[in-house]
Amino acid sequence: MTVHNLYLFDRNGVCLHYSEWHRKKQAGISKEEEYKLMKDGFLAFQTSRYKLHYYETPTGIKVVMNTDLGVGPIRDVLHHIYSALYVELVVKNPLCPLGQTVQSELFRSRLDSYIRSLPFFSARAG
Amino acid sequence: MSRPAHRRPEYQKINKDLFVLTYGALVAQLCKDYEKDEDVNKYLDKMGYGIGTRLVEDFLARSCVRRCHSYSEIIDIIAQVAFKMYLGITPSVTCNNSSRNEFSLILDKNPLVEFVEELPPGRSSLCYCNLLCGIIRGALEMVHLAADVTFLQDRLKGDSVTEIGITFLKKLDEKKYRRKK
Repeated sequence: MTVHNLYLFDRNGVCLHYSEWHRKKQAGISKEEEYKLMKDGFLAFQTSRYKLHYYETPTGIKVVMNTDLGVGPIRDVLHHIYSALYVELVVKNPLCPLGQTVQSELFRSRLDSYIRSLPFFSARAG
Repeated sequence: MSRPAHRRPEYQKINKDLFVLTYGALVAQLCKDYEKDEDVNKYLDKMGYGIGTRLVEDFLARSCVRRCHSYSEIIDIIAQVAFKMYLGITPSVTCNNSSRNEFSLILDKNPLVEFVEELPPGRSSLCYCNLLCGIIRGALEMVHLAADVTFLQDRLKGDSVTEIGITFLKKLDEKKYRRKK
């Protein structure tokens, strides 16, 4: 079981953050186009190869995580990313501007540590 | 690999007096910076707006409220959950019109004015707690609700109660934000 990648979008569709861990193939489109595809109209789905998990707040913040098929419902994980990481480290820091890509290294490293600590994340893919 | 501590953030209590005095210092400084009450009120509202746009995320993260289906549900949540969470008080709610988009919050207690007896001379139009109006307005806007928020009555001005009026305007179109790109 593993996590492939994670997106964080705001209410205007601006991609605030993207990280990847075990992503086997790059899509054949540019990163910007890929962000656009990701944010429109998905709730949750899985294909034969991966599962997409989606979490949206009333303020329009969207957390999108792609994992392999072995991962069950993880709403609490996505909520934790929003509440304990994004809100605590970015929103509450008045020096972090909103509405643009998060520059905070603390956010990036805490998020990375959190994902790696998840029970369904394995250091080796598949 | 060391296991990171992803415990829930601790909400340490700080001294309420420090908070109340800090707010008073803020208002006092704005009074020194601006002669007209309208300007002080305007800047308090503006600062509150900036706070509200961020505070709403903290509120949603901590309270896990469900989506609301009416303005009166939203007002109830503001009064019974948000005010309680941030100021430790629960204003009562009234609806002011039949179309159910105008409401009032009646503040029986207000910690922000604990050390203030009356407005200073020459400041009779000052809305001392106008930061609260900006906070509510900014928070509502982030959930796509436009509202006018003002003090309708103020004990500091000699009224019998302190009343915040919230009038919901037309719902902000979510799609408008995408079109702007």
